[in-house]
Amino acid sequence: MPKEQANWSPYDNNGGSCVAVAGADYCVIAADTRMSTGYNILTRDYSKICKLADKCVMASSGFQADVKALQKHLAARHLIYQHQHNKQMSCPAMAQLLSNTLYYKRFFPYYSFNVLGGLDNEGKGCVFTYDAVGSYEKVGYSSQGSGSTLIMPFLDNQLKSPSPLLLPARDAVTPLAEAEAIDLVKTVFASASERDIYTGDKLEIVVINADGIRREYMDLRKD
Amino acid sequence: MNFMASKQPENSLLGPESDSQRTLYPYVTGTSVVALKYKDGILMAADMGGSYGSTLRYKSVERMKPIGKHSLLGASGEISDFQEILRYLDELILYDNMWDDGNSLGPKEVHNYLTRVMYNRRNKFNPLWNSLVLGGVKNGQKYLGTVSMIGVNFEDNHVATGFGNHLARPILRQEWHENLSFEDGVRLLEKCMRVLLYRDRSAVNKLQIAKITEDGVTISQPYSLKTYWEFSAFENPAQGAIGSW
Repeated sequence: MPKEQANWSPYDNNGGSCVAVAGADYCVIAADTRMSTGYNILTRDYSKICKLADKCVMASSGFQADVKALQKHLAARHLIYQHQHNKQMSCPAMAQLLSNTLYYKRFFPYYSFNVLGGLDNEGKGCVFTYDAVGSYEKVGYSSQGSGSTLIMPFLDNQLKSPSPLLLPARDAVTPLAEAEAIDLVKTVFASASERDIYTGDKLEIVVINADGIRREYMDLRKD
Repeated sequence: MNFMASKQPENSLLGPESDSQRTLYPYVTGTSVVALKYKDGILMAADMGGSYGSTLRYKSVERMKPIGKHSLLGASGEISDFQEILRYLDELILYDNMWDDGNSLGPKEVHNYLTRVMYNRRNKFNPLWNSLVLGGVKNGQKYLGTVSMIGVNFEDNHVATGFGNHLARPILRQEWHENLSFEDGVRLLEKCMRVLLYRDRSAVNKLQIAKITEDGVTISQPYSLKTYWEFSAFENPAQGAIGSW
């Protein structure tokens, strides 16, 4: 019998779901606070949301160590940008930087599924959605993570995005009011927690608008 | 001429054979570490066994060590890698002291450093095969965190490594509360360690409990837990096994 070898994977999936919704003058970014490994819950109170710039917030789920490293990398690059340009990075600029950072490790990827949300230079809400190697797109709303397959179809149904094939190009930001968008996000996570075992415990919601950034919490199922 | 070509398993991360410097598997290992926050600081427990596969090779391994003035590190996994980590931290604390500026690294900083070290080794495919628990108090702030061999880290009111995650965390989720007294904290930790002793094959009945508060670190003398083996369920363990999963 050949000798049994211990083996290890450099990756792990720590679960969780992220959502972002862009409005006319606001952006809502939300993620659950559960961190798991396999069938275990490691902690019920871990934030997946990171403020990268004044008007730019990222939510990431996947392998927590890679997510943390990515957040630190982007925060460091933003600091350098501020030193060199004497201003904050805009959300679209950060979006490009994130894409480039992810592709840089194309052959040993950051196992991190990201949604970037914020206000663009005109104060309009914007959301960018990514895969693990940096492929990205500006959209009106998106979800990533373990619950995304449950959440995305529901968002598609509720936010009635215009077809991207239309000419002239229609804007995908939702006409919903801020309070309605927040309510939708809460509903979506409550539903995802029912069926996705990796989503639950608590929901963290970050809202960016002209007044600044504010944070809200909501309890989710703990099972 | 190849007499006995050594065969690599299909799913291995082995590079060329000359990569003989990378960690492939652990040799001498420690089992669970359990820790919780209590009123005055952190309480941490670990047994003193160093297993060599299924053999209990070393029976007096100290798996918890004080770090600097404000922190306590507990480790499970490969013991030699733990000793290497202690050497890294020794140098870190030395440089911190040499600044002689009245500042000292707190548990949060040490935890961050350890996370970076573990992640960096994982990136080079040469991990330190440990799960670490880092607890401490600085300026009245209690801190308790953990980091795994691939760099996954978080802080919480109670943490555990290895089997402790399966057996101790559920007990702690049920019975932990803010501002536990020292006695209650020890009682809770002993309850967890007793369950581990009954159910973890690599656990040994010789443990230490460490306490860290604003005043410093105290690691108890080794002692053993009282156990009870006369439970009726232990008497005929195969009863009811037929037809059960």
